[in-house]
Amino acid sequence: MADETKTMNMIEAINSAMDVMLERDSNVVVMGEDVGFFGGVFRATAGLQKKHGKTRVFDTPINECGIIGVAVGMGAYGLRPVPEIQFADYIYPGLDQLVSEAARLRYRSAADFICPMTVRTPFGGGIFGGQTHSQSPESIMTHICGVKTVIPSNPYDAKGLLIAAIEDNDPVVFLEPKRIYNGPFSGYYDRPVEPWSKHAASAVPEGHYRIELGKAATVREGEALTILVYGTMVHVTKTIVEEMGIDAEIIDLRTLLPLDIDAIETSVKKTGRCLVIHEATRTSGFGAELAALVQERCFYHLEAPVERVTGFDTPYPHSLEWAYFPGPVRIATALTKILKD
Amino acid sequence: MPETDRRPASNLPPLSLHIPEPRYRPGDTPDFGDIVVPGVDATPRPSEATKPDAMRDLCYGLVRVLDFDGQAKGQWDPKLSPERLRTMLRYMMLVRAFDDRMFRAQRQGKTSFYMKCTGEEATSVASTMALDRGDMCFPSYRQQGILIARDYPLIQMMNQIYSNRGDHLMGRQLPIMYSAPEHGFFSVSGNLATQYPQAVGWAMASASKGDSRIATVWCGEGSSAEGDFHSALTFATVYNAPVIFNVVNNQWAISSFSGFAGGERTTFAARAVGYGIAGLRIDGNDPLAVYAATQWAADRARTNNGPTLIEHFTYRSEGHSTSDDPTAYRPAEEPTIWPFGDPIARLRQHLETLGEWDGERHETQRAELDGLVKTTQKQSEKLGILGHGMHQPFETMFDDVFEELPWHLKEQCVQMLAEQEAKFGPGWKPE
Repeated sequence: MADETKTMNMIEAINSAMDVMLERDSNVVVMGEDVGFFGGVFRATAGLQKKHGKTRVFDTPINECGIIGVAVGMGAYGLRPVPEIQFADYIYPGLDQLVSEAARLRYRSAADFICPMTVRTPFGGGIFGGQTHSQSPESIMTHICGVKTVIPSNPYDAKGLLIAAIEDNDPVVFLEPKRIYNGPFSGYYDRPVEPWSKHAASAVPEGHYRIELGKAATVREGEALTILVYGTMVHVTKTIVEEMGIDAEIIDLRTLLPLDIDAIETSVKKTGRCLVIHEATRTSGFGAELAALVQERCFYHLEAPVERVTGFDTPYPHSLEWAYFPGPVRIATALTKILKD
Repeated sequence: MPETDRRPASNLPPLSLHIPEPRYRPGDTPDFGDIVVPGVDATPRPSEATKPDAMRDLCYGLVRVLDFDGQAKGQWDPKLSPERLRTMLRYMMLVRAFDDRMFRAQRQGKTSFYMKCTGEEATSVASTMALDRGDMCFPSYRQQGILIARDYPLIQMMNQIYSNRGDHLMGRQLPIMYSAPEHGFFSVSGNLATQYPQAVGWAMASASKGDSRIATVWCGEGSSAEGDFHSALTFATVYNAPVIFNVVNNQWAISSFSGFAGGERTTFAARAVGYGIAGLRIDGNDPLAVYAATQWAADRARTNNGPTLIEHFTYRSEGHSTSDDPTAYRPAEEPTIWPFGDPIARLRQHLETLGEWDGERHETQRAELDGLVKTTQKQSEKLGILGHGMHQPFETMFDDVFEELPWHLKEQCVQMLAEQEAKFGPGWKPE
């Protein structure tokens, strides 16, 4: 079953992961705002309620504190809840339940109780969502001890990582880059969107498979520099690197915590240069952590300072979205600088 | 004059901001004469299947069973056997003996912190006794009575309080933040009211699996102001979850009186009205009323008739914790004039009225329980006390952050062990 592949976009792959897990494990439940009959505002849960029943896949009140808090209690009972937060921007009312409860339960109870919960939530901009539908809060998640943070960048990874996250016995925040739900994004907002079907990673096994959490993927091998990137920015980066004809090694981190430090260290020691790219705001962003780790571990191999390409430290502007987005110009400028140094 | 201090020109009367203030402060002579004490027969007992709308009065009344002359009366009388009543009395007395001993241990520098539940013993002991053994309890921090009523080993409670070698929580938690899954007792958080939606989730899970176990949860009237409380009630009513919400209204949240949670306007049981769930306001110092109300709510939940919110109207007789001095903000004599008396004294009086107990047996039992607590304390202290330092292997600090130790925690563990070796010398271990 797992061998049979089907062309899927990211939404379909995520849907398939939940479908497989609902089928395999009667303790898996999927819940969230509009996820039941309607199938989710992004259609990620389409058809799941009809197939698996209302007690397995159901709508919730508009109350993120309740969604995550209830999931903690379900986990204590023995269920394996997969709550959806409709937009990552809405997760903040549920943050105390995530930080002080879900993430701490195993530790504070010495494993008397665990929280095998996977919080799925679409994040990131580039869809004209304004400041409340575009944020990238991954560094808030990685700063919580006791939570794993996963960000897929293509359909194949999304399904394998989501299955691994659901099967994980610790809470996982699964951030879905919504800009690339329907196709990889080149970074050029004024060009037509390429569908996933033209991308190799859209060939997704229909059955169960896992991609181990904490393992990065090398998207492109190269010698000139290492680019550390995840989510939507993987595709933007690849486009610019190819356009500029740079022999960059692009590493898609896939899991931010636990981080694949070996992949990072090996690559940076080989290339001697490191560029970190993310869409999130710059100050205290995950790029700061990456830059610090590279500096601590690879300092004597570096031929240039570690550079960061990020969003600006402003709320996500609606009409000026593309001036905010770390697109082709910002990336090209940084590449030119780091290769000149 | 700052812009905000300037009154706009207007012929409207000025608005005024209400800042709640308790009626009595230290030095005042408190008088609880205005607290309405309805008769034991005043509150009818509806059927467990009654629609919430048809029993709203119970949110504003007061369920009572024990009259002040020691008689059990009215429709709510759970008619417990003398044996059962004596067990209840014993548990409550054990809680009080335990509290006194552990409070003193903190004062002696043996541990960092303790919280008594003096005057509120019934709200957890009698409540737990009305539940089935498999029902799941989500406590706040003042429900040690649950563990005692479920015969959790006292030494394990003490080991946790001392963070000693016997503490199965590895010294990670503040004293009294127990965890006891085998006794249906969820890990105590320390963040307030977070257990409320969790209890609803547990109850929803039980219902979705066709189980017969229900969940119960406790918080104080102060933390009923938290968003989590309202999230929980919303989810509970939406999914008709088999859960019992207990609000222990002990009048005080550290130094803030119940007015800062809205208590000046309405009862806490009345929170149920807006959510369309059943609400009961009960005399929390009446162990039989607590038992009866819990039994009613448990039967209701178990028959898919939905959640119940129970307000236990009681009084926190002592400080919030060992870190609190209540005489700084309220008259010292308030606990002694509380119109509903003391739950242990009231149950004792009831048993004596029935001819099932007497002063001599009471004193014998008190001495026996004091002795039990003292003996257990000595055993626990052999496993170490917090006041004498650390008792867990250093590296356990990193266990249980995740199921498996990731590389960054392994690295940090190596660093920490090197620091300890630099400080204490090679081979030194906590004991």
